[in-house]
Amino acid sequence: MTFRRTALVATLSVVALTAAACGGGDEETATDVPVAEAPEFEAGTTMAELAEAGSMTVGTKYDQPFFGLEGLGGELEGFDVEIAKIIAAELGIAPEDIDWEETPSSVREEVIEGGEVDMVVATYTINAERAERITFAGPYYEAGQQIMVLSENDEITGPEYFTENPDATICSVRGSTPSEQIRPYLANEGQLTLFDEYSQCADSLSTGQVDAVTTDNVILLGFVSESDGEFKLVGEQFTEEPYGIGIEKGDVEFCQFINETLAANEEAYVAAWEATAGQIEGTQTPELPEPNECV
Amino acid sequence: MSPVFENFGAFVDGFLTSLSIILWALVGSLVLGIVIAACRVSPIPPLRAFGTFWVTTFRNTPLTVVLFFCAFGLPEIGINNSFFFFGVLGLVLYTSAFVCEAVRSGINSVPAGQAEAARSVGLNFTQGLRYVVLPQALRTVVPPLGSVVIAMFKNSAVVGAFGVGGELWGTGLTLTSARGFETLPIFTGVAIGYLCITLPAGALLQVLERKVAIAR
Repeated sequence: MTFRRTALVATLSVVALTAAACGGGDEETATDVPVAEAPEFEAGTTMAELAEAGSMTVGTKYDQPFFGLEGLGGELEGFDVEIAKIIAAELGIAPEDIDWEETPSSVREEVIEGGEVDMVVATYTINAERAERITFAGPYYEAGQQIMVLSENDEITGPEYFTENPDATICSVRGSTPSEQIRPYLANEGQLTLFDEYSQCADSLSTGQVDAVTTDNVILLGFVSESDGEFKLVGEQFTEEPYGIGIEKGDVEFCQFINETLAANEEAYVAAWEATAGQIEGTQTPELPEPNECV
Repeated sequence: MSPVFENFGAFVDGFLTSLSIILWALVGSLVLGIVIAACRVSPIPPLRAFGTFWVTTFRNTPLTVVLFFCAFGLPEIGINNSFFFFGVLGLVLYTSAFVCEAVRSGINSVPAGQAEAARSVGLNFTQGLRYVVLPQALRTVVPPLGSVVIAMFKNSAVVGAFGVGGELWGTGLTLTSARGFETLPIFTGVAIGYLCITLPAGALLQVLERKVAIAR
Protein backbone atom coordinates (compact mmCIF):
# COMPACT_ATOMS: atom_id res chain seq x y z
CA MET A 1 0.00 0.00 0.00
CA THR A 2 1.36 3.35 -0.87
CA PHE A 3 -0.24 6.27 0.86
CA ARG A 4 0.02 9.78 -0.40
CA ARG A 5 2.52 11.64 1.65
CA THR A 6 0.20 14.48 2.54
CA ALA A 7 -2.47 12.10 3.76
CA LEU A 8 -0.20 10.26 6.12
CA VAL A 9 1.46 13.36 7.35
CA ALA A 10 -1.79 15.15 8.04
CA THR A 11 -2.81 12.74 10.71
CA LEU A 12 0.56 11.72 12.05
CA SER A 13 1.27 15.10 13.51
CA VAL A 14 0.70 18.75 13.04
CA VAL A 15 4.41 19.38 13.25
CA ALA A 16 5.07 16.95 10.44
CA LEU A 17 2.36 18.55 8.36
CA THR A 18 3.94 21.93 8.71
CA ALA A 19 7.28 20.43 7.80
CA ALA A 20 5.93 18.86 4.61
CA ALA A 21 4.06 21.93 3.52
CA CYS A 22 6.84 24.42 3.88
CA GLY A 23 9.89 22.26 3.36
CA GLY A 24 10.32 23.78 -0.08
CA GLY A 25 10.27 27.50 0.47
CA ASP A 26 12.61 29.60 2.51
CA GLU A 27 11.11 33.03 2.09
CA GLU A 28 12.81 35.79 3.96
CA THR A 29 10.52 38.08 5.89
CA ALA A 30 9.05 40.60 3.50
CA THR A 31 8.16 43.43 5.80
CA ASP A 32 10.58 46.30 5.45
CA VAL A 33 8.42 48.81 7.25
CA PRO A 34 10.74 50.68 9.60
CA VAL A 35 9.79 50.12 13.23
CA ALA A 36 8.53 53.45 14.53
CA GLU A 37 10.65 54.85 17.31
CA ALA A 38 8.76 55.94 20.40
CA PRO A 39 5.51 56.75 18.58
CA GLU A 40 3.09 59.10 20.37
CA PHE A 41 -0.49 58.09 20.99
CA GLU A 42 -3.30 59.62 22.95
CA ALA A 43 -3.16 58.32 26.51
CA GLY A 44 -5.62 55.57 27.35
CA THR A 45 -5.88 54.15 23.84
CA THR A 46 -4.95 50.60 22.97
CA MET A 47 -2.14 51.96 20.79
CA ALA A 48 -0.62 53.85 23.71
CA GLU A 49 -0.80 50.76 25.90
CA LEU A 50 0.84 48.53 23.32
CA ALA A 51 3.52 51.07 22.40
CA GLU A 52 4.26 51.48 26.10
CA ALA A 53 4.50 47.72 26.62
CA GLY A 54 6.74 47.34 23.59
CA SER A 55 5.19 44.01 22.68
CA MET A 56 1.86 42.64 21.60
CA THR A 57 0.12 39.29 21.23
CA VAL A 58 -1.19 38.41 17.79
CA GLY A 59 -3.39 35.45 16.97
CA THR A 60 -2.91 33.77 13.60
CA LYS A 61 -3.22 30.37 12.00
CA TYR A 62 -0.25 28.02 12.09
CA ASP A 63 -1.48 25.68 9.38
CA GLN A 64 -2.64 27.87 6.54
CA PRO A 65 -0.10 27.77 3.69
CA PHE A 66 0.76 31.22 2.32
CA PHE A 67 -1.21 33.04 5.05
CA GLY A 68 -0.05 31.77 8.41
CA LEU A 69 2.15 28.71 8.51
CA GLU A 70 4.61 27.56 11.16
CA GLY A 71 7.98 26.53 9.74
CA LEU A 72 10.29 23.78 10.96
CA GLY A 73 12.16 26.09 13.28
CA GLY A 74 8.92 27.48 14.73
CA GLU A 75 9.04 30.66 12.68
CA LEU A 76 5.81 31.86 11.13
CA GLU A 77 5.39 32.92 7.56
CA GLY A 78 2.53 34.08 5.40
CA PHE A 79 0.53 37.09 4.32
CA ASP A 80 -1.38 37.39 7.61
CA VAL A 81 1.89 37.29 9.52
CA GLU A 82 3.35 40.08 7.38
CA ILE A 83 0.22 42.21 7.78
CA ALA A 84 0.50 41.86 11.56
CA LYS A 85 4.17 42.89 11.38
CA ILE A 86 3.26 46.04 9.42
CA ILE A 87 0.77 47.09 12.11
CA ALA A 88 3.16 46.22 14.94
CA ALA A 89 5.96 48.24 13.32
CA GLU A 90 3.76 51.33 13.30
CA LEU A 91 3.26 50.85 17.06
CA GLY A 92 7.01 50.73 17.58
CA ILE A 93 7.03 46.97 18.08
CA ALA A 94 9.72 45.00 16.24
CA PRO A 95 8.73 41.65 14.62
CA GLU A 96 10.71 39.72 17.26
CA ASP A 97 8.69 41.41 20.02
CA ILE A 98 5.41 40.01 18.74
CA ASP A 99 4.07 37.09 20.77
CA TRP A 100 2.28 34.78 18.38
CA GLU A 101 -0.65 32.71 19.48
CA GLU A 102 -2.20 29.96 17.41
CA THR A 103 -5.86 30.75 16.75
CA PRO A 104 -7.67 28.13 14.66
CA SER A 105 -11.05 29.16 13.24
CA SER A 106 -13.05 27.88 16.18
CA VAL A 107 -11.44 29.96 18.93
CA ARG A 108 -10.91 33.33 17.27
CA GLU A 109 -13.78 35.19 18.92
CA GLU A 110 -13.05 33.59 22.29
CA VAL A 111 -9.44 34.73 22.51
CA ILE A 112 -10.34 38.28 21.50
CA GLU A 113 -13.18 38.46 24.03
CA GLY A 114 -10.99 36.92 26.71
CA GLY A 115 -8.24 39.46 26.08
CA GLU A 116 -5.67 36.74 25.41
CA VAL A 117 -4.62 38.44 22.18
CA ASP A 118 -4.49 42.06 21.09
CA MET A 119 -5.57 41.26 17.56
CA VAL A 120 -6.30 38.31 15.29
CA VAL A 121 -5.06 38.16 11.70
CA ALA A 122 -6.07 34.69 10.57
CA THR A 123 -7.86 34.52 7.18
CA TYR A 124 -10.74 35.89 9.19
CA THR A 125 -13.75 36.52 6.99
CA ILE A 126 -15.81 39.50 8.09
CA ASN A 127 -19.43 38.54 8.69
CA ALA A 128 -22.32 39.94 10.66
CA GLU A 129 -22.51 37.16 13.27
CA ARG A 130 -18.86 37.52 14.16
CA ALA A 131 -19.11 41.32 14.14
CA GLU A 132 -21.63 41.08 16.98
CA ARG A 133 -18.90 39.78 19.26
CA ILE A 134 -15.78 41.53 18.02
CA THR A 135 -14.76 44.52 15.91
CA PHE A 136 -13.22 44.03 12.48
CA ALA A 137 -10.60 46.38 11.06
CA GLY A 138 -9.96 46.18 7.34
CA PRO A 139 -10.66 44.31 5.12
CA TYR A 140 -7.08 43.90 3.97
CA TYR A 141 -7.82 41.28 1.33
CA GLU A 142 -10.84 40.06 -0.61
CA ALA A 143 -10.85 36.39 -1.33
CA GLY A 144 -13.65 34.59 -3.13
CA GLN A 145 -14.95 31.06 -2.99
CA GLN A 146 -14.38 28.71 -5.91
CA ILE A 147 -14.57 24.99 -6.68
CA MET A 148 -11.68 22.60 -7.31
CA VAL A 149 -12.16 19.30 -9.15
CA LEU A 150 -10.02 16.61 -10.75
CA SER A 151 -8.53 17.77 -14.05
CA GLU A 152 -10.33 15.09 -16.05
CA ASN A 153 -13.71 16.16 -14.66
CA ASP A 154 -15.67 18.14 -17.27
CA GLU A 155 -19.10 17.84 -15.70
CA ILE A 156 -18.80 20.18 -12.74
CA THR A 157 -18.75 23.79 -13.87
CA GLY A 158 -20.04 25.63 -10.81
CA PRO A 159 -21.91 25.29 -7.53
CA GLU A 160 -25.25 24.78 -9.34
CA TYR A 161 -24.07 21.31 -10.36
CA PHE A 162 -24.65 20.14 -6.79
CA THR A 163 -28.25 21.32 -6.79
CA GLU A 164 -28.97 19.33 -9.93
CA ASN A 165 -26.98 16.23 -8.92
CA PRO A 166 -27.96 15.18 -5.38
CA ASP A 167 -25.39 12.35 -5.44
CA ALA A 168 -22.40 14.58 -6.08
CA THR A 169 -20.31 15.34 -3.00
CA ILE A 170 -18.21 18.35 -2.07
CA CYS A 171 -15.63 18.82 0.68
CA SER A 172 -14.66 21.77 2.83
CA VAL A 173 -13.28 22.54 6.27
CA ARG A 174 -15.53 22.43 9.29
CA GLY A 175 -16.30 25.79 10.82
CA SER A 176 -15.15 27.77 7.80
CA THR A 177 -17.41 30.28 6.06
CA PRO A 178 -17.07 28.51 2.67
CA SER A 179 -18.55 25.37 4.24
CA GLU A 180 -21.62 27.40 5.17
CA GLN A 181 -21.92 29.32 1.93
CA ILE A 182 -22.00 26.19 -0.21
CA ARG A 183 -25.03 24.88 1.71
CA PRO A 184 -27.69 26.84 -0.26
CA TYR A 185 -26.44 25.14 -3.43
CA LEU A 186 -26.79 21.64 -2.03
CA ALA A 187 -29.79 19.42 -2.61
CA ASN A 188 -29.20 17.60 0.68
CA GLU A 189 -27.00 17.75 3.77
CA GLY A 190 -25.23 14.48 2.94
CA GLN A 191 -23.45 16.04 -0.04
CA LEU A 192 -21.19 18.05 2.22
CA THR A 193 -18.13 16.37 3.72
CA LEU A 194 -16.26 18.31 6.40
CA PHE A 195 -12.69 17.82 7.57
CA ASP A 196 -10.32 19.72 9.83
CA GLU A 197 -7.73 20.37 7.14
CA TYR A 198 -7.95 21.20 3.46
CA SER A 199 -5.21 18.65 2.75
CA GLN A 200 -7.65 15.94 3.84
CA CYS A 201 -10.19 17.30 1.34
CA ALA A 202 -7.54 17.27 -1.39
CA ASP A 203 -6.68 13.65 -0.59
CA SER A 204 -10.31 12.61 -0.64
CA LEU A 205 -10.68 14.36 -3.99
CA SER A 206 -7.79 12.46 -5.51
CA THR A 207 -9.03 9.09 -4.19
CA GLY A 208 -12.55 9.75 -5.48
CA GLN A 209 -14.21 9.93 -2.07
CA VAL A 210 -15.55 13.38 -2.92
CA ASP A 211 -16.21 15.03 -6.29
CA ALA A 212 -15.04 18.55 -5.49
CA VAL A 213 -13.43 20.79 -2.88
CA THR A 214 -14.56 24.31 -2.15
CA THR A 215 -13.01 27.18 -0.25
CA ASP A 216 -11.34 30.53 -0.89
CA ASN A 217 -9.61 30.66 -4.28
CA VAL A 218 -6.14 31.45 -2.90
CA ILE A 219 -6.14 28.31 -0.79
CA LEU A 220 -7.34 26.19 -3.72
CA LEU A 221 -4.75 27.68 -6.04
CA GLY A 222 -2.09 26.52 -3.61
CA PHE A 223 -3.31 22.93 -4.00
CA VAL A 224 -3.64 23.24 -7.78
CA SER A 225 -0.08 24.50 -8.14
CA GLU A 226 1.26 21.63 -6.00
CA SER A 227 -0.82 18.91 -7.65
CA ASP A 228 1.13 18.49 -10.91
CA GLY A 229 -1.96 18.95 -13.00
CA GLU A 230 -4.15 16.57 -11.02
CA PHE A 231 -6.56 19.31 -9.90
CA LYS A 232 -8.10 22.37 -11.55
CA LEU A 233 -10.43 25.21 -10.60
CA VAL A 234 -13.80 25.54 -12.31
CA GLY A 235 -16.40 28.28 -12.52
CA GLU A 236 -16.38 31.83 -11.26
CA GLN A 237 -15.93 33.06 -7.70
CA PHE A 238 -19.39 32.81 -6.23
CA THR A 239 -18.88 34.58 -2.90
CA GLU A 240 -16.90 37.45 -1.49
CA GLU A 241 -14.74 36.74 1.52
CA PRO A 242 -13.28 39.95 2.89
CA TYR A 243 -10.52 39.14 5.36
CA GLY A 244 -10.51 41.45 8.39
CA ILE A 245 -8.42 41.94 11.50
CA GLY A 246 -10.27 41.03 14.66
CA ILE A 247 -9.92 43.24 17.72
CA GLU A 248 -11.83 43.81 20.92
CA LYS A 249 -15.47 44.79 20.41
CA GLY A 250 -15.93 48.54 20.26
CA ASP A 251 -12.29 49.60 20.09
CA VAL A 252 -12.96 52.12 17.32
CA GLU A 253 -9.69 54.02 17.75
CA PHE A 254 -7.55 50.92 17.35
CA CYS A 255 -9.63 49.89 14.35
CA GLN A 256 -9.14 53.28 12.69
CA PHE A 257 -5.43 53.14 13.50
CA ILE A 258 -5.13 49.76 11.77
CA ASN A 259 -6.98 50.99 8.70
CA GLU A 260 -4.81 54.12 8.49
CA THR A 261 -1.64 52.07 8.96
CA LEU A 262 -2.55 49.75 6.11
CA ALA A 263 -3.46 52.66 3.83
CA ALA A 264 -0.16 54.41 4.61
CA ASN A 265 1.97 51.33 3.90
CA GLU A 266 0.76 50.23 0.51
CA GLU A 267 4.25 49.38 -0.70
CA ALA A 268 4.86 47.09 2.23
CA TYR A 269 1.44 45.58 1.62
CA VAL A 270 2.34 44.70 -1.97
CA ALA A 271 5.76 43.38 -0.90
CA ALA A 272 4.11 41.26 1.79
CA TRP A 273 1.75 39.77 -0.79
CA GLU A 274 4.45 39.07 -3.35
CA ALA A 275 6.67 37.30 -0.81
CA THR A 276 3.86 35.06 0.42
CA ALA A 277 0.56 34.34 -1.33
CA GLY A 278 1.88 35.99 -4.49
CA GLN A 279 4.15 32.94 -4.88
CA ILE A 280 1.15 30.85 -5.88
CA GLU A 281 0.82 30.48 -9.64
CA GLY A 282 -2.25 32.21 -10.99
CA THR A 283 -2.76 34.82 -8.28
CA GLN A 284 -2.75 38.54 -8.93
CA THR A 285 -1.38 41.13 -6.56
CA PRO A 286 -4.44 42.66 -4.91
CA GLU A 287 -5.11 46.30 -4.25
CA LEU A 288 -5.82 47.21 -0.65
CA PRO A 289 -9.65 47.19 -0.39
CA GLU A 290 -11.56 50.19 0.91
CA PRO A 291 -11.82 49.81 4.69
CA ASN A 292 -15.21 49.31 6.32
CA GLU A 293 -16.48 51.80 8.83
CA CYS A 294 -15.17 51.10 12.31
CA VAL A 295 -17.94 50.21 14.76
CA MET B 1 -28.41 28.57 27.00
CA SER B 2 -30.35 30.52 24.36
CA PRO B 3 -27.90 29.58 21.55
CA VAL B 4 -28.89 25.96 22.18
CA PHE B 5 -32.61 26.67 21.82
CA GLU B 6 -32.04 28.82 18.74
CA ASN B 7 -30.33 25.86 17.09
CA PHE B 8 -32.47 23.13 18.56
CA GLY B 9 -33.17 21.61 15.15
CA ALA B 10 -29.48 21.26 14.39
CA PHE B 11 -28.96 19.60 17.77
CA VAL B 12 -31.75 17.10 17.14
CA ASP B 13 -30.30 16.23 13.71
CA GLY B 14 -26.84 15.84 15.23
CA PHE B 15 -28.25 13.69 18.01
CA LEU B 16 -30.02 11.37 15.57
CA THR B 17 -26.92 11.01 13.38
CA SER B 18 -24.79 10.21 16.41
CA LEU B 19 -27.41 7.74 17.60
CA SER B 20 -27.42 5.88 14.29
CA ILE B 21 -23.60 5.73 14.26
CA ILE B 22 -23.71 4.34 17.80
CA LEU B 23 -26.38 1.73 17.08
CA TRP B 24 -24.62 0.38 13.98
CA ALA B 25 -21.29 0.32 15.80
CA LEU B 26 -22.89 -1.34 18.84
CA VAL B 27 -24.32 -4.24 16.86
CA GLY B 28 -21.16 -4.58 14.76
CA SER B 29 -18.69 -4.50 17.62
CA LEU B 30 -20.68 -6.89 19.86
CA VAL B 31 -21.04 -9.48 17.11
CA LEU B 32 -17.46 -9.14 15.92
CA GLY B 33 -16.07 -9.01 19.47
CA ILE B 34 -17.80 -12.26 20.44
CA VAL B 35 -16.57 -13.97 17.25
CA ILE B 36 -13.00 -12.83 17.95
CA ALA B 37 -13.31 -13.99 21.58
CA ALA B 38 -14.44 -17.40 20.32
CA CYS B 39 -11.34 -17.45 18.11
CA ARG B 40 -9.09 -16.62 21.03
CA VAL B 41 -10.34 -19.53 23.16
CA SER B 42 -10.70 -21.98 20.30
CA PRO B 43 -8.66 -25.19 20.24
CA ILE B 44 -7.44 -24.42 16.69
CA PRO B 45 -4.04 -22.68 16.83
CA PRO B 46 -4.35 -20.51 13.66
CA LEU B 47 -7.68 -19.13 14.94
CA ARG B 48 -6.13 -18.38 18.32
CA ALA B 49 -3.23 -16.64 16.61
CA PHE B 50 -5.65 -14.64 14.49
CA GLY B 51 -7.64 -13.60 17.57
CA THR B 52 -4.51 -12.55 19.41
CA PHE B 53 -3.27 -10.63 16.37
CA TRP B 54 -6.62 -8.83 16.04
CA VAL B 55 -6.73 -7.77 19.68
CA THR B 56 -3.09 -6.73 19.70
CA THR B 57 -3.55 -4.64 16.58
CA PHE B 58 -6.75 -2.81 17.39
CA ARG B 59 -6.41 -2.51 21.15
CA ASN B 60 -2.99 -0.91 20.82
CA THR B 61 -3.71 1.49 17.97
CA PRO B 62 -5.23 4.89 18.74
CA LEU B 63 -8.80 5.19 17.50
CA THR B 64 -7.92 8.20 15.35
CA VAL B 65 -5.30 6.14 13.52
CA VAL B 66 -7.75 3.29 12.90
CA LEU B 67 -10.30 5.79 11.60
CA PHE B 68 -7.65 7.44 9.47
CA PHE B 69 -6.77 4.16 7.78
CA CYS B 70 -10.47 3.51 7.16
CA ALA B 71 -11.30 6.96 5.78
CA PHE B 72 -8.10 7.65 3.83
CA GLY B 73 -6.30 4.31 3.50
CA LEU B 74 -9.12 2.20 2.06
CA PRO B 75 -10.00 4.69 -0.73
CA GLU B 76 -6.30 4.80 -1.57
CA ILE B 77 -6.35 1.10 -2.43
CA GLY B 78 -9.53 1.49 -4.45
CA ILE B 79 -12.20 0.78 -1.84
CA ASN B 80 -14.70 3.62 -1.96
CA ASN B 81 -17.68 3.90 0.33
CA SER B 82 -19.43 6.61 2.31
CA PHE B 83 -17.53 8.27 5.14
CA PHE B 84 -20.38 7.21 7.40
CA PHE B 85 -19.58 3.57 6.58
CA PHE B 86 -15.86 4.10 7.14
CA GLY B 87 -16.54 5.83 10.45
CA VAL B 88 -18.73 3.00 11.73
CA LEU B 89 -16.22 0.45 10.41
CA GLY B 90 -13.37 2.11 12.33
CA LEU B 91 -15.42 2.18 15.53
CA VAL B 92 -16.38 -1.49 15.11
CA LEU B 93 -12.81 -2.66 14.48
CA TYR B 94 -11.46 -0.71 17.43
CA THR B 95 -14.23 -1.56 19.90
CA SER B 96 -14.35 -5.25 18.91
CA ALA B 97 -10.89 -5.76 20.47
CA PHE B 98 -12.15 -4.50 23.84
CA VAL B 99 -15.43 -6.42 23.59
CA CYS B 100 -13.40 -9.55 22.81
CA GLU B 101 -11.26 -9.19 25.91
CA ALA B 102 -14.24 -8.49 28.17
CA VAL B 103 -16.05 -11.55 26.80
CA ARG B 104 -12.92 -13.68 27.11
CA SER B 105 -12.58 -12.73 30.76
CA GLY B 106 -16.14 -13.95 31.21
CA ILE B 107 -15.40 -17.20 29.42
CA ASN B 108 -12.38 -17.75 31.64
CA SER B 109 -14.51 -17.20 34.71
CA VAL B 110 -16.71 -20.17 33.80
CA PRO B 111 -15.29 -23.15 35.68
CA ALA B 112 -13.44 -25.58 33.42
CA GLY B 113 -15.76 -28.32 34.67
CA GLN B 114 -18.62 -26.74 32.71
CA ALA B 115 -16.79 -27.10 29.38
CA GLU B 116 -15.69 -30.60 30.33
CA ALA B 117 -19.24 -31.54 31.23
CA ALA B 118 -20.43 -30.18 27.88
CA ARG B 119 -17.83 -32.27 26.12
CA SER B 120 -18.77 -35.36 28.10
CA VAL B 121 -22.41 -35.15 27.06
CA GLY B 122 -21.29 -35.12 23.44
CA LEU B 123 -21.29 -31.43 22.49
CA ASN B 124 -18.44 -30.32 20.25
CA PHE B 125 -16.41 -27.16 20.94
CA THR B 126 -18.74 -24.75 19.12
CA GLN B 127 -21.86 -26.26 20.70
CA GLY B 128 -20.28 -26.28 24.13
CA LEU B 129 -19.37 -22.64 23.76
CA ARG B 130 -22.73 -21.67 22.32
CA TYR B 131 -25.00 -23.56 24.76
CA VAL B 132 -22.99 -23.95 27.95
CA VAL B 133 -20.08 -21.53 28.32
CA LEU B 134 -21.19 -18.29 26.60
CA PRO B 135 -24.62 -18.08 28.29
CA GLN B 136 -22.85 -18.14 31.65
CA ALA B 137 -19.95 -16.00 30.52
CA LEU B 138 -22.09 -13.18 29.10
CA ARG B 139 -23.93 -12.81 32.41
CA THR B 140 -20.74 -12.05 34.26
CA VAL B 141 -19.41 -9.63 31.65
CA VAL B 142 -22.32 -7.20 31.71
CA PRO B 143 -20.50 -4.63 33.89
CA PRO B 144 -17.15 -4.59 32.00
CA LEU B 145 -18.91 -4.85 28.65
CA GLY B 146 -21.09 -1.94 29.69
CA SER B 147 -18.02 0.19 30.28
CA VAL B 148 -16.62 -0.75 26.87
CA VAL B 149 -19.90 0.07 25.17
CA ILE B 150 -20.30 3.42 26.91
CA ALA B 151 -16.70 4.29 26.04
CA MET B 152 -17.57 3.50 22.42
CA PHE B 153 -20.61 5.81 22.58
CA LYS B 154 -18.34 8.67 23.58
CA ASN B 155 -15.65 7.64 21.10
CA SER B 156 -18.24 8.11 18.37
CA ALA B 157 -17.55 11.85 18.67
CA VAL B 158 -14.19 11.21 17.01
CA VAL B 159 -15.67 10.01 13.71
CA GLY B 160 -16.81 13.58 13.12
CA ALA B 161 -13.20 14.41 12.29
CA PHE B 162 -13.21 11.85 9.50
CA GLY B 163 -15.79 13.18 7.15
CA VAL B 164 -18.96 11.88 8.81
CA GLY B 165 -21.29 14.80 8.45
CA GLY B 166 -23.70 16.26 10.93
CA GLU B 167 -23.05 14.24 14.08
CA LEU B 168 -23.42 15.87 17.47
CA TRP B 169 -19.84 16.96 18.11
CA GLY B 170 -19.39 18.24 14.55
CA THR B 171 -22.65 20.16 14.81
CA GLY B 172 -21.23 21.90 17.88
CA LEU B 173 -18.07 22.84 16.00
CA THR B 174 -20.01 24.15 13.02
CA LEU B 175 -22.24 26.29 15.22
CA THR B 176 -19.38 27.80 17.21
CA SER B 177 -16.82 28.49 14.52
CA ALA B 178 -18.61 29.16 11.24
CA ARG B 179 -21.74 30.71 12.70
CA GLY B 180 -20.05 32.40 15.63
CA PHE B 181 -22.26 31.19 18.47
CA GLU B 182 -20.78 31.18 21.94
CA THR B 183 -18.74 28.11 22.74
CA LEU B 184 -19.76 27.38 26.32
CA PRO B 185 -23.53 27.03 25.90
CA ILE B 186 -23.20 25.15 22.60
CA PHE B 187 -20.83 22.53 23.98
CA THR B 188 -22.87 22.25 27.15
CA GLY B 189 -25.69 21.36 24.78
CA VAL B 190 -23.45 18.81 23.04
CA ALA B 191 -22.54 17.28 26.41
CA ILE B 192 -26.22 17.03 27.33
CA GLY B 193 -26.84 15.33 23.98
CA TYR B 194 -24.28 12.65 24.79
CA LEU B 195 -25.65 12.28 28.33
CA CYS B 196 -29.08 11.65 26.79
CA ILE B 197 -27.52 8.59 25.18
CA THR B 198 -25.11 7.39 27.87
CA LEU B 199 -27.26 7.84 31.00
CA PRO B 200 -30.20 5.76 29.74
CA ALA B 201 -27.68 3.24 28.44
CA GLY B 202 -26.13 3.01 31.91
CA ALA B 203 -29.55 2.56 33.50
CA LEU B 204 -30.44 -0.10 30.95
CA LEU B 205 -27.22 -1.95 31.72
CA GLN B 206 -28.05 -1.93 35.42
CA VAL B 207 -31.46 -3.43 34.73
CA LEU B 208 -29.85 -6.00 32.47
CA GLU B 209 -27.26 -6.86 35.07
CA ARG B 210 -29.91 -7.50 37.70
CA LYS B 211 -32.02 -9.49 35.29
CA VAL B 212 -29.30 -11.88 34.14
CA ALA B 213 -27.48 -12.20 37.44
CA ILE B 214 -27.26 -15.77 38.67
CA ALA B 215 -26.69 -16.84 42.22
CA ARG B 216 -23.60 -18.97 42.45
